Order: sequence, then C-alpha cells, then structure tokens
Amino acid sequence: MENKTEYKPFEVDQHLTAHGNYWAGKAGSRFFTSLRDKKKLLGSPCKACNKVFWPPRSVCTFCFGELKDMVEIGPLGTVETFTLVTYSEPIQPRTAPFIYAVIRLDGADTGMAHFLDEVEIGKVHIGMRVQPVFAKDRKGNILDIQYFKPL
Amino acid sequence: MTERVAIVGVAQTRFAPKRSDVNYGEMAYEAISQVLKDTGLALPEDIDSAISCSHDIWDGQTISDIGITDVIGGHLRAEEKMAMDGSTAVFYGAVGILSGEYSCTLIMAHTKMSQTNRHIVNNVAFDPIYTRMLGFDFTSAAALQARRYMYKYGITREDAARVVVKNLANAKRNPCASQSGDFTVADVLSSPAVAPPLHKLDIAPDADGAVALILASEERARKITDKPVWILGIGTCYDAHYLGDRDLADTFALEKAAGRAYAMAGIKNPRRSVDLAEVGDEFSYQELLWLEGLGLCDRGEAGRFTASGATAIGGKLPVNPSGGLLSGVPANVAGLNRVAEAALQLRGEAGDRQVRGANIAVAQGHTGFCGQHQCVVVLGN
Ligand SMILES: [Zn+2]
Repeated sequence: MENKTEYKPFEVDQHLTAHGNYWAGKAGSRFFTSLRDKKKLLGSPCKACNKVFWPPRSVCTFCFGELKDMVEIGPLGTVETFTLVTYSEPIQPRTAPFIYAVIRLDGADTGMAHFLDEVEIGKVHIGMRVQPVFAKDRKGNILDIQYFKPL
Repeated sequence: MTERVAIVGVAQTRFAPKRSDVNYGEMAYEAISQVLKDTGLALPEDIDSAISCSHDIWDGQTISDIGITDVIGGHLRAEEKMAMDGSTAVFYGAVGILSGEYSCTLIMAHTKMSQTNRHIVNNVAFDPIYTRMLGFDFTSAAALQARRYMYKYGITREDAARVVVKNLANAKRNPCASQSGDFTVADVLSSPAVAPPLHKLDIAPDADGAVALILASEERARKITDKPVWILGIGTCYDAHYLGDRDLADTFALEKAAGRAYAMAGIKNPRRSVDLAEVGDEFSYQELLWLEGLGLCDRGEAGRFTASGATAIGGKLPVNPSGGLLSGVPANVAGLNRVAEAALQLRGEAGDRQVRGANIAVAQGHTGFCGQHQCVVVLGN
C-alpha cells in the first residue's frame, strides 16, 4: 500500500489568524457587565429545577424552561478538581507551570473552570476553599477574574 | 433492528507519527483502495453513498471532505462529511442503510495530526465566551477528569499505568500500531509529567493515518462476503459542554449510549454477553472510566479488574487487544479504528492480536473533551 518515496516530501507552510467578536448573549452580557463594573458574579437560577447555573444561560439544561432572572453567586467557592499544566502554548494566557481548577462557587450547582494561584501545587486539594482575585483593569472577559486563591 | 446492517470490509493504513510521503487524500486512498480490493467492490457502481470523517483544522480546509471527494468516489454522488469521532460515522451510515435510501456505504476517517498543533486545534472546541480564553485543551481538561475520577472512586495512577503497559504490549502484535513496546508501571509513572496526574505515557500520541470500512444492507452483505459482521445495536448520547456542568467522574452519556445499544442488540447482561471491547483510551484512565460506563464492571472497579488480568488478550474480557489509542491512532479516526478492530476480531482476521472465540464485541468512541459525546456499537457475527 505504501510507496517508498524517491522524491523529497514538500510541505506548504501556512498560518491563519482571525479576530473574533462573539456575542455573549442575554445572560452572558449581564454576567460580564456585572463582573467588569461591580466585581459581582452572576448565575442563572431555574426555580422549577431548583438549580443555579454557571455559566449563566437563557434556557435550563434540564427542563428547557426559559431563564430570565439572575442571582449573585460566590465569590467564594470550593475546588472540585485541579491539575498543574507543565507545557506552554500560545493559546494559554499564562506561562506554565500554572494550575487549572474547577471551582464550585457558593450558591451555584455547576462549576467554573479557572486558574488557581498563590498556592503550592502540593497544598491544593479537592474541597479546598478559594476566593477570586479580580483584575485591576477589567475588560469584560473571563480574565477579569485573574485567578482564584486559597482563603 | 428489523433490517440488518453489516460491516463487509475493513482496511487501515499503518499509523505513524508523521506520514510525510502522502497528503491526506493519498493517505485516505490507501485505505479505500485496499477495502475495495478486499471486498471486490468497485467505485462508483457498487457503492451508493460515502461518509468521510475528519477535522477541518487538521486538514487545513473547512468542509474538508472537499480534499478527498475524488478518492472516496464523491464526485457528483452522495457524499457527506461527519466532523465527529469515526464511531459516529458508523451510526450515520447504519441509519442511511436502515432508511432504505442506500444499500452500500463507504465510510472513511482520516487525520494527519502531524499537520498542526493538537492543543491549539482542540482549544477551539471550548466555548469562546467563558472557557477558550483560559487556554484549555483536551489534555489539560482530561487531567481534571482524571483527578476527579481518581478522587471519587479511589483509582490510582498505578491502576491507569497498567492500561498503558497492557495496551503498548498488545500493540506489538498490531502491524498498524504507531508505538508499542514492553513498558513497566514504573516507566509510566516516571515518564515526564504533562498535566498531573497525566504523564507522557498516559496520553495517546499524535499520529497520522486512515481507516476505511464498508457497510451494507443484509441483502447486499450476503452477496459481498461470507463473513459479515452485524451491527446488533448502536447508541449515541451527548452530555453537557462546560467542564463544570457535570461531575467529570460521571459517565451518564456513555451509560445512556450503551443502554440504547445493548437494548437494540437484545443484551440484558453485557458482562455475560460481551466477549471483547475496543474503547477510546485517548488517556490511560479513560479505558477504566469507559469500562465502568459501558457496564462491563462496577463503578470504581475497573482498576482492580485490569490488575486482575481480566482485560488482557487471554483474559475474561479482552480490552483493546489492538493496543488502543495509546498505541497511536489519530483523532477522528479513533472510533472508526475501534469499530474496525472489533470487526476484524469477529471475522477472525486480527492476526497475532486475535482473541479466541469472540462472537460479540463492543466498540466505543467519543467526541469532544472528557468524552462529552459518546457512541457505542455492538457487533456480532
Ligand atoms: Zn429547569
């Protein structure tokens, strides 16, 4: 099936760059405005299911009901899982090594994936209580939370 | 299923870290021409539809089936592109035949992972509003799942390392495998940390390759081969997207997909009925997690089950006798390779990796990070 080549394989070098502006939606717009302007974190409650979702959303995952309200959640939370990333990639906003965690914010039923810092990896554990550190210059994106740190 | 669909032919390229001797169309053609030769079928007259499965960014072209239309016989004919794991292409192919619209479908999955950086490609799978900007990729996300699974069910790194040792040893018997060898648990544990608890040997390596497979209606299958492999049951299920939306140690989507596939196959007790499994071990711990999700052992028991030797080629339930994804199978091709390997086993054509007396096999594939979408195919001969 395979041919032994008698020619030098040739690769065409390409690079793609695209700038995107993605609409955050009805709930997302309120979340990012509140984060940027008031350092308050919002989630979407579904009264029928007795659940509060983060990220905020306009339709309940379980009952498909429309969600119009928003409630404040966190800012404290609990680590559900974590890892130490040892490799660097241009997609990462921080330089490795850094810690990722999924953090369940108080008052929410779903977790937020984010960075954990100001802690040795050996001290991080599932169940650890953490708080967000907000960026001084907030731009209305998820990095307005710089990272979470232990209480 | 009232009507039946069979796999009537399977062909695979060699998997390698980098196939610089062929472009992806030429690589796909190796598998396609082989499966046509094996079945004695010809394009275009004998095949009435084709489904290709690949990844736009890895191919470097949106609607990337454009690049393989000629080799898959798609020119001025029915040809669809499936941008998910190859196991799901089998699902769509079977649905097309069961609908009565088609009687013989060529399915081909290809990816050249060597063409670009997997972490950058996979970062695009994360939602652009809340997660992508944080820099996640499938490996860092899997590390979160691995930690959660180990914490909740008492699975150890040694348990996961035994999967690597087994699969890389199995891969020595597979001429298509990209990597294989005799490793010890200590080798896996001491391989470089990538995103603990995941170390280098816990992670399926990049690979280039293609798999082609032909599905046929029962009537056509009987004429094409005397060794049809029947799709007895098939099921798919999606879980939530966001990393925090589910407990990553849970396997609800897989349980539902498997439940549908077993019910369709009339299997009440998969532990008794299933003779072998080919599962999507993109990361070592996933073989354990998926075995539990498939109901082939109890939750939290897959580590002990593996340590007992039950999943070895000579064991009670051989798992990934091919060497699995850990031996190097490209993204997208992954699940089609699971189905193809299971079919080869049931045809008795698995060479040195042949499991003796296998009549029912389960193949499982998944798409997205942490196994968000699951597809389960139950095969029988
Ligand atoms: Zn609801």
